[in-house]
Amino acid sequence: MSDNVIEVQDLTKRYNGTAVVKGISFSVARGEIFGLLGPNGAGKTTTILMLLGLSDISSGRARVLGYDPAREPLAVKRRVGYLPDQVGFYDNLTAAENLRYAARLMGIERGEREGKIKASLAHVGLADVMDQRVGTFSRGMRQRLGLAEILIKDAQIAILDEPTSGLDPQATVELLNIIRELKHQGVSVLLSSHLLERVQSVCDRVALFNQGNIALMGTVPDLGREVLGGGFRVEVEAEGQGLAERIAAIPGVQRVEAAGANRVLLFADRDVRPEAAAAVVAAGGRLLRLSVEEPSLEAIYTRYFQTHAGERHAA
Amino acid sequence: MRREGSALHGFGVVTLKEVADHFTSILVVVLVVLVVATAVAVVRGAVDQIKEITAEDPFLFLRLFTRGGPLPLVALLSFLIPLIAIGLGFDSVNGEHNRRTLSRILSQPIYRDALLFGKFAAGLFTLSIALIVLWLLVIGFGLVGLGVPPNAEEMARALVLLVVTIAYGGFWFALALLFSIIFRSAATAALVSLGVWLFLTILWPLFSPALADAVTSAGDVLGVLDTRQMFARLSPSVLFNEIVAVVLDPSVRSTQQSMLAAMGLALIERGAIPDAPIPLLQSVLIVWPQIVGLVAGTIILFVIGYVVFQRQEVRA
Repeated sequence: MSDNVIEVQDLTKRYNGTAVVKGISFSVARGEIFGLLGPNGAGKTTTILMLLGLSDISSGRARVLGYDPAREPLAVKRRVGYLPDQVGFYDNLTAAENLRYAARLMGIERGEREGKIKASLAHVGLADVMDQRVGTFSRGMRQRLGLAEILIKDAQIAILDEPTSGLDPQATVELLNIIRELKHQGVSVLLSSHLLERVQSVCDRVALFNQGNIALMGTVPDLGREVLGGGFRVEVEAEGQGLAERIAAIPGVQRVEAAGANRVLLFADRDVRPEAAAAVVAAGGRLLRLSVEEPSLEAIYTRYFQTHAGERHAA
Repeated sequence: MRREGSALHGFGVVTLKEVADHFTSILVVVLVVLVVATAVAVVRGAVDQIKEITAEDPFLFLRLFTRGGPLPLVALLSFLIPLIAIGLGFDSVNGEHNRRTLSRILSQPIYRDALLFGKFAAGLFTLSIALIVLWLLVIGFGLVGLGVPPNAEEMARALVLLVVTIAYGGFWFALALLFSIIFRSAATAALVSLGVWLFLTILWPLFSPALADAVTSAGDVLGVLDTRQMFARLSPSVLFNEIVAVVLDPSVRSTQQSMLAAMGLALIERGAIPDAPIPLLQSVLIVWPQIVGLVAGTIILFVIGYVVFQRQEVRA
């Protein structure tokens, strides 16, 4: 068996004859953070619900940890944690009581229940408010409580729908850190978002959704090359003679731009920092600063939809 | 397509949680206290009345339920129990949608069946607890007030009343649950439930005779009476009142007796001793169709709700 925890082939969902997910295929490897990105209404949540067996599959095939979510939803749901878009809790119950209810539904034995609840709340930084009603919680706290629920489940896959939407920057950073920790614990993560730059930093691979199709899929640098035709921007600040010429000669560098005294901007199709540093040193110059700007998802996304806008209207 | 695992896995957990919710819900507690307090007041009135008028009634205790003040206890119950039942059920499923808890709960390893069955069982259980408390209070007040202990026959009839009352409440709870599945807004579900309740309990008994007369060609008195009664029985309150009238009064031997009496007619039965009490089993047999009708109505409403809920999309 391959090491893919999620495998999807030609997955299609139709509502009253209108397809909202149109035969998509992708797979998520064990321990990977995979991002489903795209505008609202592109079919991300529908795809997630089909993977959890919460929505019928119109046609196509989905396997989650080897199980068919349509036929064996309980086996899937025992092993997969789900954080819905704008997750809700019972406001009249405390954080611990909410988790206790979920833990009992998961079938966790009474003996280990309390320990797990405490540990998971501590993990997401809610230990000191565990006996407060969830009604007093902020958005960020609710999202973290949702992640605590996934931790209790010991899930092998965490499916997070718009985990960062509506959060302030501080809460977003905290949440993304918890997601990274999930990965370190060997949990595969499938997350959906329409906020590109925040998600870019955590995703190993992404799939860009557009109108129910996957328009682009791959790692962010790969997509950058594909759509932007090389998107690395390396900034070099160095003192020395004739550096710009030497740097321009590095293979892969397409263009060099002067950006003030002792500063040049390189446009390259890959990360050319090592070569640039070597070139400066070889020329006897003093390297002051060397930074790279990876292609941003935002730019990829915008460019993609600009170039494909015509097709979309034609379709 | 066969699914793996039990459909009822998680049923007990959901039921317990829902019962806990009901008992801590201010709305439910207020409704129950209101109904119990009203009922107790009515029974006190009944006790005073029974003390004055009865000399040698063999079924003195049962009069607690049917006598007293402007409104006897059973009439009060037929009117107010739907209110508790609707209060328990109107935001059951749409509340989960609106709090956005539904998809999170359903992503746990349970089927939707467990959630809906659990909610239904919890509603019925809460309703039963409230009605048993009410019933015990009435019996207790009767014992203290009348100073006469009930005999076995009376207790048996009172128990049948309790069971029928729970079934009657179950019908209205199933109705409220159905509307809570159909309508996303709890306010809409509550108003539609209350509208149906008012229509079936108050308006239908007023309009149904005219409707019945419109469809039947005028024939003999009994034929007209039959048709009218069939029409009126579409209302669960009418069914409940018919059951109660027969079960709580051993001298009643037909659901048409009171209507005939109102028209100045007597029920003629060969070899029957007028007004002689009949055994409990016979009383129950007379109204068995009505009891089955109430339970069947509850089941039909629940099944419709179940089918709608299974086909509903999880996302808001």
